[in-house]
Amino acid sequence: MRKSFRVAIASGKGGTGKTTIATNLAKAAAEKGATVQYVDCDVEEPNGHIFLKPQIESRKDVTVSVPDVDKDKCSGCGKCGEVCQYGAIVHLGGKNVLTFDNLCHSCGGCWLLCPEQAIRQKQVKIGQVESGKAGKVWFGQGILSVGSVRSVSLIRHLKQTVDSEGLVILDVPPGTSCPVVESLKGADFVMLVTEPTPFGLCDLKYAVELVRKMGLRFGVVINRDGCGDDRVERYCEDKGIEISMRVKDDRQIAQVYSAGGMIYDCLEEYRMQFDDMVEMLGALL
Amino acid sequence: MKIAVTSTGNSLDSQVDARFGRAANFIVVDTETMDFECISNDAVSAAGGAGISAAKTVVDSGAKAVLTGNCGPNAARTLAAAEIKLYANVSGSVEDAIEAFKSGQLAESTGPTVDSHFGTGN
Repeated sequence: MRKSFRVAIASGKGGTGKTTIATNLAKAAAEKGATVQYVDCDVEEPNGHIFLKPQIESRKDVTVSVPDVDKDKCSGCGKCGEVCQYGAIVHLGGKNVLTFDNLCHSCGGCWLLCPEQAIRQKQVKIGQVESGKAGKVWFGQGILSVGSVRSVSLIRHLKQTVDSEGLVILDVPPGTSCPVVESLKGADFVMLVTEPTPFGLCDLKYAVELVRKMGLRFGVVINRDGCGDDRVERYCEDKGIEISMRVKDDRQIAQVYSAGGMIYDCLEEYRMQFDDMVEMLGALL
Repeated sequence: MKIAVTSTGNSLDSQVDARFGRAANFIVVDTETMDFECISNDAVSAAGGAGISAAKTVVDSGAKAVLTGNCGPNAARTLAAAEIKLYANVSGSVEDAIEAFKSGQLAESTGPTVDSHFGTGN
């Protein structure tokens, strides 16, 4: 059997409708009989659960290794501090070594280089990975612990829980920074959701630059089509970017959304658009 | 006694840099002789942990006190661990700041004066 087909739903700008598109797409594909896994990679603020309403069956803590210095063994050479690129371990002279758990990226440089093996790996919790079922859709999400900044590590753990089968829908955090890159890794196709406003266009350009740099196939989804202006459209035309879908600027959609409902369930006139998208993705296989 | 003053320029008449972690330079001065050296702050463009590496630069310079505008929590913790005294809320020229320190007009800060990432535009 062919391995999974991974579709990432991303955007530059926040609030353009990634989760709306991702959850409805998951639903539509599952209705068509596909094996669907919805993965909420927006670990700082996962909200796909509001719409898919999953039964959570498994909760696992995710931990990462950070340095813990044994002062009795330390010879004060300072190699640990020299290798650290993030100031997470700093040698202040003698055996005075300070660590900052929150800045550590768990690269392992300090404990590998310590000639005295004075640095142990201490586990710190960065969040949780939850999974379960939302009807026919397998549901997974990461929840970053309050105060933790290790979203990339959590996303990596979350993605490891995904089976290599069926359609995988990755709901990506907004922006174009490290958590987005981590979420997009391994995607077979990216849908960049935007809105036809100057802000939407500005951030779409960053997102396009990112996915091109990563060598990923992508298309654009224009949400709230009909509001704003036509600059997003002109930009896409200009750059030869395919507009994969348009979702009309419709008050009914906002009403359904704000009640935690799904377009696919509540608004029949839009259902076909998601069915079409499932077919379009099927054709990409 | 050697002290380090965050500075926007490289001489005694430069202004005190209001930021510690991402200060442009450190003017490290011997308060007895007023001999000084200017150390540029490598942490100014660091991705993260700027306060910590700036504090490490101060530690390595041999200074026993820091004069600056604001200081964040990680930098304050690092300076405290190295037993370097912190005098924040300092402004004006570097020279005036040193004189104020020498005449005992500056109050020692007991902890950070601002939160992480203060003054980085985030």
